[in-house]
Amino acid sequence: MTTTDLPSPGDLPEIAVDPAAFRHLADAQVAVELDTGDMVLNIGPQHPATHGTLRLVVRLDGERVVSADPVIGYMHRGYEKLTEFRTYPQITTLINRIDWLSSFANEVPFIAAAEHLMGIEAPPRAQYLRTILTELSRIATFVLFLGEMGLQVGAITPAFYGFRDREYVLNLIEAVTGGRFHPNFNRIGGIKDDLPWGWISECKSVMQKVLASCDEFDDLVVGNPIFQKRTRSIGIIPQELGAAYGVSGSNLRASGVDWDLRRDGPDYLVYNDLDWKVWTHPDGDSFSRYWVRLQETRESARMVLQMLEQLPSGPLMAKVPRIIKVPEGEVFVNTENPLGEMGYYVISKGATGPFRTKIRSASFSNVSLLPWLLRGVYVPDIVTILASLYFILGDIDR
Amino acid sequence: MIAIEVGWGTTLAIKTAVVLGIVPLTALILGYVFLLKMMSHMQSRLGPMDPGGFHGWYQLIGDGIKFLQKEDIMPGEADRRVFALAPAIVVLSTFLVFVVIPAGPRIRVASLDSVKMFDGVGVFYALAVSSLSVIGVLMAGWASSNKYALLGALRAAAQLIAYELPLVLAVVGVVIQAGTMSLQGIVHFQQTGSLFGWSGIGFPLILTQFVGFALFMVASQAELTQPPFDMPVAESELVAGYMVEYTGFRFLFFFIGEFGTAFAFAALAATLFLGGWSVPWVHCTAADFLGPAVLFAKVMFVAFLMFWARFTYPRFREDQLQAIAWKWLIPIALANILLTGVLKVAF
Repeated sequence: MTTTDLPSPGDLPEIAVDPAAFRHLADAQVAVELDTGDMVLNIGPQHPATHGTLRLVVRLDGERVVSADPVIGYMHRGYEKLTEFRTYPQITTLINRIDWLSSFANEVPFIAAAEHLMGIEAPPRAQYLRTILTELSRIATFVLFLGEMGLQVGAITPAFYGFRDREYVLNLIEAVTGGRFHPNFNRIGGIKDDLPWGWISECKSVMQKVLASCDEFDDLVVGNPIFQKRTRSIGIIPQELGAAYGVSGSNLRASGVDWDLRRDGPDYLVYNDLDWKVWTHPDGDSFSRYWVRLQETRESARMVLQMLEQLPSGPLMAKVPRIIKVPEGEVFVNTENPLGEMGYYVISKGATGPFRTKIRSASFSNVSLLPWLLRGVYVPDIVTILASLYFILGDIDR
Repeated sequence: MIAIEVGWGTTLAIKTAVVLGIVPLTALILGYVFLLKMMSHMQSRLGPMDPGGFHGWYQLIGDGIKFLQKEDIMPGEADRRVFALAPAIVVLSTFLVFVVIPAGPRIRVASLDSVKMFDGVGVFYALAVSSLSVIGVLMAGWASSNKYALLGALRAAAQLIAYELPLVLAVVGVVIQAGTMSLQGIVHFQQTGSLFGWSGIGFPLILTQFVGFALFMVASQAELTQPPFDMPVAESELVAGYMVEYTGFRFLFFFIGEFGTAFAFAALAATLFLGGWSVPWVHCTAADFLGPAVLFAKVMFVAFLMFWARFTYPRFREDQLQAIAWKWLIPIALANILLTGVLKVAF
């Protein structure tokens, strides 16, 4: 592997990427550094732009990136294996911690998988509450992104606005579930508790605050010429490439693919009862990813307001045996999580816990794109692209 | 008229003490008013508003104590002497700017007006020594033996050199109009001047040199490495750029240098464009007392503009920054000089 084999930054449009071209690892690069004059910059695992413990081995020619290698696995916790030694109700505690920004949304597909195997359906009120909490966790994740992206591009103020709004939403989630980060609130066959008294009016006022602060982000960040200069046509993901790498969620919608599992996926939760819109943007660059998430935050807030209006009454739990044994079978359930498509492939042998669980999380695909996306950009654009892809390292190193 | 007879030794001691005291003091004032209070208000921060009860007055003292307690770490591979010297050079350049800024008709450390060739060289000197800090920054980045620090230092060098030109060119208009390079002379020009025969508010040069003022503010923002031009310290990409290996007291030096220089540039802008210490109709002894307060008020106003931009805007990329300097600021500054020269001759 010599430098001449590396694709030059000039021929970016070619899409087929040979992964072998990027398989040089850090320890082999000391020698490379000596004989080419390029600088090897080690970004991470402890770096403010890497959202956790991602390590990027970047080769720089001046400020231009020649090649970039993402190195993952610094936070591997073995959750897939651990699920084999837990009962189904215990596993929700684990999967809360996969994508810790939107923990409630993680629980939904797993519980749905177990319910599917057992042939149980949660009552309508429980479905509504699940949807409300999922959308709240989506808002909590996205407002943080809206601020964080500003911070990574250099403006400190939006970050604090993002955290402020996230605080409002986390308080709501805490009031219902008792947990701010890790609610662990889903049960097989329903949901643990009903809403506390006065929560609905509080939630409505918070949603108004979120909508107002989305307008603020629109003015402060999206409308800012410097922000546009920094993000437009930076880190473009072509549709075919995104689909080929398994990129999903807002990142794919920002590339112009009109695909949202809440609408197009298996019928889950109550999204079909609601009047809402899937936002797409044709450009596929960092700016469009920001823009799409901003619109989706608004859309989620409107969905929550709608659901609060048409919330049905009724029981919260279906009839479930005291000791949960899931009958033999296999199922794959995937849902639209804030970061993208999240899926659980559960194989049951009729015991109290799964025989094997395979977790499909969105962030891994986003990070796999990095060697392709980062070629030929400048050092500041690395941070812009990392921030706009919006991955959580816990979601990759499960 | 106050007549105080003091020997040159005493005068020198007083002047040294004032300059030595004024840099940390002004840095603390800006840090307190803008970094802690204004930023907290703008960003809904609760932390800096809490310690000590009233409006978080204790926060700055607490921060200072924290810096003094920190361990002084020097990287193993560092060039020890250069590493230690770099923060001092950054602060030194700030000290040197303060020397020539007049705070009243007779309150100044040195005017440098005795250089007869240009009728004083105050402006020239101030702009020259203010760019000394880039040497300290380069030293810090190189001596840290850290790739992030090196990238930051090289960015800082490229940036400070690029923005030195618009900064100087922006001031040329003022110098042409006032007909002197002495800061004191420029202030006197603004105090005694008149607008179409009306001398009500004197003649603050911002009225004709508003383009120069805008250019000066933009370029000084870049010289101070503040957002939107803070690539050298870019905390989201280069962690802290050239300062990344500095801890405790040495880091505090950079901090004081940063805010002291912000104050110095604000004072320069206030002196050149807003009339400095001058108050119309107030002369001699009264101006000696009123001058510093007036200058301080104007400086705080200019600093407010600087920090407002700092807390609002995202950061440019390095190549965009260079494009702005060379494609926009310098041509505009040259056009401004041309126009000023033509009008000066015409009227």
